[in-house]
Amino acid sequence: MNGANLYASGFGRTRGDVLLSGAVYAAVAAVVGLSGWLLYDLLSHGLGPLSMTFLTAEVEASGRAGGIAPILLSTLLILTVCLLSAVPLGLASAIWLSEYADLSRGLGRAVHHSLDVLAGVPSIVFGLFGNAFFCVYLGLGFSILSGGLTLACMVLPIFIREAEEGLRAVPQSYRLSAAALGFSQTRTLFSILLPAALPGILVGLVLGVGRALAETAALIFTSGYVTRTPESLLDSGRSLSIHIYDLSMNVPGGEANAYASALVLVALLVVINTTASWASARFGLVRRAI
Amino acid sequence: MTTVGDLAQAPPAFSTEGLSCYYGEKPAFLDVDLEVATGEITALIGPSGCGKTSFLNTLNRLTDLIAGCRVEGRIRLFGRDLHGLDVNPVELRRQVGMIFQRPSPFPLSIRRNLELPLREHGVKDRQERESRLEQALREVGLWREVKDRLSAPALDLSGGQQQRLCIARALVLRPEVILFDEPCSALDPLSSGVVEDLIASFRGRYTVVIVTHNLAQARRIADTTAFFWMVDGVGRLIEHAKTEILFQNPRNPLTRSYVDGARG
Repeated sequence: MNGANLYASGFGRTRGDVLLSGAVYAAVAAVVGLSGWLLYDLLSHGLGPLSMTFLTAEVEASGRAGGIAPILLSTLLILTVCLLSAVPLGLASAIWLSEYADLSRGLGRAVHHSLDVLAGVPSIVFGLFGNAFFCVYLGLGFSILSGGLTLACMVLPIFIREAEEGLRAVPQSYRLSAAALGFSQTRTLFSILLPAALPGILVGLVLGVGRALAETAALIFTSGYVTRTPESLLDSGRSLSIHIYDLSMNVPGGEANAYASALVLVALLVVINTTASWASARFGLVRRAI
Repeated sequence: MTTVGDLAQAPPAFSTEGLSCYYGEKPAFLDVDLEVATGEITALIGPSGCGKTSFLNTLNRLTDLIAGCRVEGRIRLFGRDLHGLDVNPVELRRQVGMIFQRPSPFPLSIRRNLELPLREHGVKDRQERESRLEQALREVGLWREVKDRLSAPALDLSGGQQQRLCIARALVLRPEVILFDEPCSALDPLSSGVVEDLIASFRGRYTVVIVTHNLAQARRIADTTAFFWMVDGVGRLIEHAKTEILFQNPRNPLTRSYVDGARG
């Protein structure tokens, strides 16, 4: 942080100030302590059963024994379907919202409002919709495809809004300069706006992926919960979060493997987060103050 | 308004007739007749809000981009109607470059900043791009300062260097006219001087239209100066004359009180 710091010793201190500082530190300690405790709990219980075989073995005895190979595969497939459908649709919508639409009226305003509402809809509702639409109406049944597409519907509102904000944060001067140089809309979009907005777009992606990976309710209705290895996108499959839920709620003696699976899930999130920040630094445009 | 008959012998770069610009229902300026002589430096002066920048934006049709902005009247560029059906805004903006108040290089490398416009305008040959890039950077006096770090981010340059890079970015397209919207007002005095000298050096090679709030600057570099003023809340062109006449012996009393510092 730059500049003056409220906590710098140059400030005079009253009794109230000391109380305020105490409260601020207590809050910080609570937040850090909570995540620290969560992580400690996860590591202390989860590291034991975790091994290479755990990642590569079939599920045995409803998950009490064996590994999570099919679960991992289903999870990654569902995530892939979700991203492949959500990213292009989402980017196009974000571009439309930030560069073309008039948000104060008409379609732009309607879309904006619906996205806000959709972002707050409980996942179980998405699950029911996904079941009715993808599984039944489109006849995809309980499948990785239904699950991934349902997750895409869920992720889209968050992703679109973040990507849109990212595009909006690109200084207007870039657009004017590009126009004054005779750039076409396409060139301006692909050479200037999207690279400049990449950090925001990736934040949206990471938030979306996080929501998708954490999802159980929507997937129980759409991708199913059988533990076999999926052979095609039309097979059903169980995602990691459903596996964790099932092990801890329905399978006596499944706690150890539930912890190990949760650890894998968290590791997956960390990897995705890190990759996103790396990509943002590598491919994004550097913004520096003049 | 007063016009000067004997300004230019060559056909004017720009001539406007009854040019007006509205944002929604509100006029930014009304009924401007102005001739910009080819190869000369024309300064637009006047208080804030009197339509100078809006006028500048009509000259490369940047006003097209502003929602709710409407332009009436006629603008000719070398005799050709700017709003004619055959005018392609992309080609127009190659011919008429523009420099903004705040330096606005793209957040890319110095090289990419200059290459993008060339690519966009179909200069496919790499050699040609390289030579035009070097030529433009030399023209703005930046070549020696940056030739060893063309891949460095343009935003690492100082404010004055960034502004010269933006000028170079316009120059690679070999424009005939360059519009400057207060190009020095966001710069420190030293960089401001460098950029001003650069603009002055364009006389005879490019047609320059410059909006400036710095009367001394207009006086130093402009061949002719046009004075805008708010009349009943609307921008109007009050007087356009050779710079020394406008400053020393203006016809309009409004102009006199403005250039004498009594108003505005």
